[in-house]
Amino acid sequence: MATTPPAAASSPPTTRGFSGSARKRRSRATALPPSPGPPLLAKAMLSLPPVQKLLRQLPAGPAKPPVGGDTAEEVTSPVLATEAGQPACYSALQVDELRLLAGPKPAVATSTGPSLRHDDLKEMLDSNKDSLKLEAMKRIVAMIARGKNASDLFPAVVKNVACKNIEVKKLVYVYLVRYAEEQQDLALLSISTFQRGLKDPNQLIRASALRVLSSIRVPIIVPIMMLAIKEAASDMSPYVRKTAAHAIPKLYSLDSDQKDQLIEVIEKLLADKTTLVAGSVVMAFEEVCPERIDLIHKNYRKLCNLLIDVEEWGQVVIINMLTRYARTQFLSPNQNESLLEESAEKAFYGSEEEDTKEPKAEAASLAKRKPYVMDPDHRLLLRNTKPLLQSRNAAVVMAVAQLYFHLAPKAEVGVIAKALVRLLRSHSEVQYVVLQNVATMSIKRRGMFEPYLKSFYIRSTDPTQIKILKLEVLTNLANETNISTILREFQTYIRSMDKDFVAATIQAIGRCATNIGKVRDTCLNGLVQLLSNRDELVVAESVVVIKKLLQMQPAQHSEIIKHMAKLTDNIQVPMARASILWLIGEYCEHVPKIAPDVLRKMAKSFTNEEDIVKLQVINLAAKLYLTNSKQSKLLTQYVLNLAKYDQNYDIRDRARFIRQLIVPTEKSGALNKYAKKLFLAQKPAPILESSFKDRDHFQLGSLSHLLNAKAVGYQELPDWPDEAPDPSVRNVEVPEWTKCTSREKRKEKAEKPFYSDSDGESGPTESADSEPESVSEESGSSSSSSSSSGSEEEEEEEEEGSGEQSEDKEEEEKRPKRKDKEGSRKAAMGSAGSPSEDEEEEEGAKKAKKKKAPPGRKSHAETSSEEASTSESSSSGSDSGSEAEAKRRKAPPSSRAGPKEISLLDLDDFTPPPPQPIPSSSIISTSLVTDLEGLTLTDTSLTPAISNNTDAEVKSLRVSEPKLLSGMRIQEFPEIERLAPGDTANVVMGIDFCDSTQAANFQLCTHTRHFYVSIQPPVGELMAPVFMSENEFKKEQGKLTGMSEITEKLTLPEKCRSDHAIVQQVTSAANVGRVPCGADNEYRFAAKTMTSGSLVLITLEQREGAVAQLTVNSEKMVIGTMLVKDIIQALAQ
Amino acid sequence: MIHSLFLINAAGDIFLEKHWKSVVSRSVCDYFFEAQERASEAENVPPVIPTPHHYLLSVYRHKIFFVAVIQSEVPPLFVIEFLHRVVDTFQDYFGVCSEVMIKDNVVVVYEVLEEMLDNGFPLATESNILKELIKPPTILRTVVNTITGSTNVGDQLPTGQLSVVPWRRTGVKYTNNEAYFDVIEEIDAIIDKSGSTITAEIQGVIDACVKLTGMPDLTLSFMNPRLLDDVSFHPCVRFKRWESERILSFIPPDGNFRLLSYHVSAQNLVAIPVYVKHNISFRDSSSLGRFEITVGPKQTMGKTVEGVIVTSQMPKGVLNMTLTPSQGTHVFDPVTKLLSWDVGKINPQKLPSLKGSMSLQAGSSKPDENPTINLQFKIQQLAISGLKVNRLDMYGEKYKPFKGIKYMTKAGKFQVRT
Repeated sequence: MATTPPAAASSPPTTRGFSGSARKRRSRATALPPSPGPPLLAKAMLSLPPVQKLLRQLPAGPAKPPVGGDTAEEVTSPVLATEAGQPACYSALQVDELRLLAGPKPAVATSTGPSLRHDDLKEMLDSNKDSLKLEAMKRIVAMIARGKNASDLFPAVVKNVACKNIEVKKLVYVYLVRYAEEQQDLALLSISTFQRGLKDPNQLIRASALRVLSSIRVPIIVPIMMLAIKEAASDMSPYVRKTAAHAIPKLYSLDSDQKDQLIEVIEKLLADKTTLVAGSVVMAFEEVCPERIDLIHKNYRKLCNLLIDVEEWGQVVIINMLTRYARTQFLSPNQNESLLEESAEKAFYGSEEEDTKEPKAEAASLAKRKPYVMDPDHRLLLRNTKPLLQSRNAAVVMAVAQLYFHLAPKAEVGVIAKALVRLLRSHSEVQYVVLQNVATMSIKRRGMFEPYLKSFYIRSTDPTQIKILKLEVLTNLANETNISTILREFQTYIRSMDKDFVAATIQAIGRCATNIGKVRDTCLNGLVQLLSNRDELVVAESVVVIKKLLQMQPAQHSEIIKHMAKLTDNIQVPMARASILWLIGEYCEHVPKIAPDVLRKMAKSFTNEEDIVKLQVINLAAKLYLTNSKQSKLLTQYVLNLAKYDQNYDIRDRARFIRQLIVPTEKSGALNKYAKKLFLAQKPAPILESSFKDRDHFQLGSLSHLLNAKAVGYQELPDWPDEAPDPSVRNVEVPEWTKCTSREKRKEKAEKPFYSDSDGESGPTESADSEPESVSEESGSSSSSSSSSGSEEEEEEEEEGSGEQSEDKEEEEKRPKRKDKEGSRKAAMGSAGSPSEDEEEEEGAKKAKKKKAPPGRKSHAETSSEEASTSESSSSGSDSGSEAEAKRRKAPPSSRAGPKEISLLDLDDFTPPPPQPIPSSSIISTSLVTDLEGLTLTDTSLTPAISNNTDAEVKSLRVSEPKLLSGMRIQEFPEIERLAPGDTANVVMGIDFCDSTQAANFQLCTHTRHFYVSIQPPVGELMAPVFMSENEFKKEQGKLTGMSEITEKLTLPEKCRSDHAIVQQVTSAANVGRVPCGADNEYRFAAKTMTSGSLVLITLEQREGAVAQLTVNSEKMVIGTMLVKDIIQALAQ
Repeated sequence: MIHSLFLINAAGDIFLEKHWKSVVSRSVCDYFFEAQERASEAENVPPVIPTPHHYLLSVYRHKIFFVAVIQSEVPPLFVIEFLHRVVDTFQDYFGVCSEVMIKDNVVVVYEVLEEMLDNGFPLATESNILKELIKPPTILRTVVNTITGSTNVGDQLPTGQLSVVPWRRTGVKYTNNEAYFDVIEEIDAIIDKSGSTITAEIQGVIDACVKLTGMPDLTLSFMNPRLLDDVSFHPCVRFKRWESERILSFIPPDGNFRLLSYHVSAQNLVAIPVYVKHNISFRDSSSLGRFEITVGPKQTMGKTVEGVIVTSQMPKGVLNMTLTPSQGTHVFDPVTKLLSWDVGKINPQKLPSLKGSMSLQAGSSKPDENPTINLQFKIQQLAISGLKVNRLDMYGEKYKPFKGIKYMTKAGKFQVRT
């Protein structure tokens, strides 16, 4: 540090240009005489005669025209661009330099003295044995850790940057990052190694190369870093992209001129869909361009939806940023309440915190204001952050708490209290920060913490700073109802051994007394009792507080004043003495006899008093002189004379001033007449208020809030806008072929790649989960696919740019795989598709030419986009296990058309599809009946696999002449040109049933024949689950009564009475999501129809015994009726 | 974000420093030392200290101050939580986190710190991933390393960071597959002078030790999940599943971890398993005081209360105590004025008691306050809240794991005012 001569680190770019590139150019041009060495040595060699000559030549360097721009030179310079090994001219230079640096030349010894100490280390580093190198590096790192300077080993260490041993390499990196800034020129030697690493096929090596490269704070390599970051930002691997995001703030701190380019990279990374990147890029955004809030618009919804899966540190950063964003983009949810609040704040908070769920109700009373409707995006943020209150990370909990405090409607803020109280169990440092924030919150929203009052009670083992903060919260929470319990607690505290804490308690009592009139007298009496306490500090603090209280109603308390006057003999604490004197002076008319006597005593001890006491003595004297000059005239004169020669100039000034003011002389001015008014004016009582008042103008949870002062880099929390900015900026363009704009959908989508597959689609998944047979498959495949395919698919997709394209590609890649499976299965399955396996075999044995396709029932299928992934799992899942299960679960509905029997293939498997918007029309379940001769249509849900069991080749297979009801659509599969005998082809098709239960009919044509195919959806699959709270459910249900309500009584069979069984049966009958419910014997489910998005609400109320009542509320009456039937059937089975 | 980290011992020596951005001179710690001097006790050093150019955020654990230097606005809890995570990691690595241990393993410590933060922003804080990157030192490994010259740094590249299940490493293999869960509940309570409960709440945790091969997917269900008032999860728990069904569904990390912590609030009635009868009195005139404590069981559901330790901070005026316990051992430290009585098991037939006298400083007046009594105890095989685990199921793997569950109730911050 200080010991190293100022290297290029501190020199401005121009000088660097000279010392770096110009020097190199010279050495390249001439190669002789030996180059002058790095500037580090230049200084050291000043004293050496031979080198002096060289140095004299040096000034010629800068005289040359600057070498065509610093940066351009660097990029093309051989040092930086080389992939392996340095060009000859450079290596010559390097060797020279290194020898100069490292060699124990006697001449240089004076300045490189410390390097001699490390000779042994250098030797070890130069050796060929890895173990010796490792040992040396370990010792060097230990030196760094202890804060010792190891910078002179730089040349010896940097040579090992390409060492094979991974630990040596790592330690070299550690060293490099630490000292590169000080030895810029030498650090450049290592760059090529990292550049090579950036191109490594292994993503982890690429990432670590970028990480170290960007951590070397050498301004010369800024362009290289920029290139590397740009490249890494479009890397295949999300991990490398994450590292790129991390590198952005590093580069920015090195060279803020790169800001514009970096913002471009940030913009690109913000659009990234992986959770791995999200946290890091938002962090980069916050450090580089927090003011560019416009970059967030397009990514807002995605960030909200990803949030729960981002790693915890990223969550904190994202939540804080979104808080700021929401403040600029949405309207205040409390704007209608602000008026009410002013009029009846206390009553409002005290009693009906919970009843104000609906801001609209409030708004009604303020008819002239237009009712507030919360922006759905605002709601989305609140809803998606709420689960994070359950995080184990205190910082995340705090971030959510502050978000709710700043953004949520008043009625909803309460939810954060519980989580914050939980944090009080944590380490004392966490408690300290949380309590500070709770203190601020409890002033604004007292009702929120009132139920947790007891959690703030103080234990004798708490550290003092925690005690005082808890006291602050307790005081803020005090109101007329709980004050007696709080005061009882305070009584215990006053007897504590911790005197600072006792003093704080007394102040707290004072505050309670001023705020709550009812207990003022009680408190005052209590405090007066404390005046006889043995501990002086306690007494002093009490005096100060009593003084403030008395100021409110002095007339009634002359007894107390007298009592305090007596205390002047004993109390030594200056503040307390000053308080008593002020009190007596102020109310000397209430205690006319005692006051002069006190002044007499004080005059005696005047010279020994503290300054504040002296000032109060002068005040007292002046006031007495004005009211009772007969008794106190001489005393006053005496005091003023003493003060006149006091050492403190304030006191001397005050004495002079007062003498002129009160003692009438010829010269005294007009003010003399008003002296009494000046001194004895009515003074307003002090307001005792919390030091946490109004602290909430700082964003809670921030450092600035904690310090109550703006910290460096603090981003002001903006005020709500008066007019909401255009919400459509957050709309994300969706590809043409989807119709979905509902946010609900997108949410599900985005969450799917996530490990917790229970989101969104939990209905079907859960039902599958509960069956042991299928479960192992289910969880196995879902976890593996979410871990592997999840990210890979996304990468592909991003490369391709457009979603559809990539799917096609995926599809192609997967097809061979599927074919294999299909092939192996065909022996058992292929020729026949009857429901029972016996029949199947039978038919297979017959080898009848008549074939039929086993239609599949699929729990969840999506259009072409999803089918790629679902079909993969379906093909693996549709072995006998799940097939048998499917049969067990559901008998073929009689309504199905078609002459042949139907077997149902159930897809328990649910593979998280890649995150693209779902077309709403996607969910269908097919019961496919076909009459095909020579062709088997093995239907695995929506990817029918068509097998050719005939001997002849089938050509140009396609769909034609669909007969559809209005609104229905079919997405046909591309024509299959030829299908060889025994071959199987998989196709993908999508059908939008348009919320109708009618079958979709079409023909399957070959070059010779036509087959009629009819697909009918089970009603339960025409919907997708939605999640809502119990309240939302009730609200919606209230809107759907009368015609839209269908009620049916049923008897539950024995095995179907447990919670588990009911939920399972209902979710298997229909694709619905469960709604949490308070009552034990009620079950609620909700879903939305696919096309129109109308709600379907199901309530099942279990009465006594086996009787139950099923209610379905839906606008779509047909669907409702059929659903009731289906569910009853499922439950009664 | 976090610029530098300094580790400072009780004597005020900086024994380790690590910088993630440019180097911050260690003289910045002078502001910290100043604050340390002002605070009478270590735990009263403010966690956040502003200096002209930096902010110092510190945590104090294991008699070491971990002081982080930051330069600009950052949520303080972010830094504090991270520092605690660092300490936890050290503890995980070395068994104990002490100055000696850190000094002995300085290179490993340095490597771990390097991986945990990148440019001051947390990178890998899951100890599973860290252990893949840098193996914790064990005696065996040290011996092997010295012989073979191999190292602590993992030679395979860690893949955990890349997966969507970052807390679990891949390719875990065990011959004995086992999953143990400990339900541990702590009672926090303040008991009044008269023996009535002022406040009592239960803080519970479920700690797990899961050693299962492959990628198991576990579900844990409770008999009475409604008891849990406020829960916080390990990130592996699927939140939605809990919301809708009150079932814990998760792919566990490998090894030891805290699955869940919960809170049973003060609103519910909490059974207090022990009571303390006390009679501590000072007389104004004499220099002797009387001291008598009896501890007894109450609402223990028939289980034995064991591991009982009574501690009490006596007032400064107390010079010495002459006490006789009916069981256990007691110590009174005349310097710190700390009385500690190790009772052991409570036998309901013969209640343990501690009786005797206190000698007070001659001439000094009687102390204002009676000391508070802090209690520690343990009850095996009982979760005082009544929480019961219903069953544990495993999906995703074929083998049958060995499952075990243990309940325990402990005293948390259990205080009796006298």
